[in-house]
Amino acid sequence: MIKTTDLNMRFGGLTAVSSLNMEIGKNEIVGLIGPNGAGKTTAFNAITGVYKPSSGHIYFKGRDISGFKPNRITELGIARTFQNIRLWKDLNVIENVLVARHLRMGVGVFSSTLHLPGYMKKEKHSKEMAMSLLASVGLADEAHEAATSLPYGKQRRLEIVRALATEPSLLLLDEPAAGMNPQESIELMDFIAKIRDDFDLTILLIEHHMQVVMGICKRMYVLDYGVTIAHGTPDEIRSNKKVIEAYLGVD
Amino acid sequence: MDLATFFQQLANAVSLGSLYALIAIGYTMVYGILRLINFAHGDVFMIGSYLAFYAISATAMPWWAAFPVALCLTAALGMGLERIAYRPLRDSPKISVMISAIGASFLLENVGIVVFGGRPKSFPSIALFDTVVKLGSVSVLSVSLFIPAITALSLLFLEYIVHNTKTGLAMRAVSTDLDAARLMAVDVNRVISFTFGLGSLLAGLGGIMWTMRYPQLNPLMGIMPGLKCFIAAVIGGIGNIQGAVLGGFLLGFLEIMIVALLPELTGYRDAFAFVLLILVLLVKPSGLLGKKQTVKV
Repeated sequence: MIKTTDLNMRFGGLTAVSSLNMEIGKNEIVGLIGPNGAGKTTAFNAITGVYKPSSGHIYFKGRDISGFKPNRITELGIARTFQNIRLWKDLNVIENVLVARHLRMGVGVFSSTLHLPGYMKKEKHSKEMAMSLLASVGLADEAHEAATSLPYGKQRRLEIVRALATEPSLLLLDEPAAGMNPQESIELMDFIAKIRDDFDLTILLIEHHMQVVMGICKRMYVLDYGVTIAHGTPDEIRSNKKVIEAYLGVD
Repeated sequence: MDLATFFQQLANAVSLGSLYALIAIGYTMVYGILRLINFAHGDVFMIGSYLAFYAISATAMPWWAAFPVALCLTAALGMGLERIAYRPLRDSPKISVMISAIGASFLLENVGIVVFGGRPKSFPSIALFDTVVKLGSVSVLSVSLFIPAITALSLLFLEYIVHNTKTGLAMRAVSTDLDAARLMAVDVNRVISFTFGLGSLLAGLGGIMWTMRYPQLNPLMGIMPGLKCFIAAVIGGIGNIQGAVLGGFLLGFLEIMIVALLPELTGYRDAFAFVLLILVLLVKPSGLLGKKQTVKV
């Protein structure tokens, strides 16, 4: 599904991600972990086109997408959420989903401004899709509320719904469990597994809650100072000496 | 001041305020999306007026055909400006884009002087807009009645676009978080281009109506209205469309009414805008309808 080869991300003298070689198969849920500042979000930004890789390649479904523009990459089927929630705060809940939904609508400025019949039909369809997406995560009742008035956990869900509205085949989740208590984290795990099955997704997630990562990821990559120090199954990672050192430090 | 004079001045204030409002919207929309003050906006307004002038005087087109052509060209000019002067600097520091905007403004003014000539031109009279209408004891030019009506229609149209169309929704999304919009597959360049087109279209409309009311064109005619409308947008709360309209009308009324009440201050007419700006900024720095910006560290 996605593969990076020798992906490097440098900012001036700082190498934020160095030689990242990652490969994720269809319908896998893979974790990307590492201490703060390890380069996890930078890797996300490189994959989604926010940054242009300094060198190396990113292949998505066999196609080299390195250096593509973010909207182009989303069109091809990669969507993401953000570590610090970035909903459009001036838009209400359903509008947040609709903006993302419009990508798949395929109508031009003219027919949308003039409300031509073809547009109206598609717009209605879009609204229904958006509503059913919201309903599937239990946000239907709040559809017309301001996005920022939702409680924190629901804002996180809305971000995921917004990403789903672009009809991705690869979903990147940046710390979906941040700020959640253990109970909420467990619910989130179930939720992620559910959307993977319902939407036929491949998921790459950054997470600090080890319980979450170990619980749903069959495989994971560990970054430290931009370098991949380990990858493997949760059990392998748990007992990996380098990982323990990176997290706990060495004397 | 007797009642008739008051109504006379009121009519003047409404039409001047409408013109300010139309132009101020262009500043506010661009700022809302790019956090950029488009200093060349006043010059786009000037070019719009000249385009209408040439469309009428250099071709045999009647005004109702010439004006739409001029408006489309003005919109294209705004979009071209964004493409050439602002888009290449999208990822540069804000100050670079601002300098580019100032440069674009000077360029348009000087190209105007070279191409159109520095000598003022007078706008041809169009009977429909140039008749004197008597309403009781008040007599106004018919254009002064058309201006508020056309402004109101444009505002409704704009409101409709922003709140009821896909592009409008995308504009609002881009204005709250451009990067997030990009990552949700919004074609940000197209949205920005559309915004410039729309803002320039309104500036062109303002330009045409301006020259029918004050029928003299010169290549530097955009500077003062441009500056004042920028002030109107700031007074209303830049980034907010209703704010720009409010600011425009406020400025129009203030200018006309102070001169009407205190004729000895006529020479300071252009200074009122700046005084009002200072007062508003002292009391409410985010503008009358502006939201308070909380900066997260």
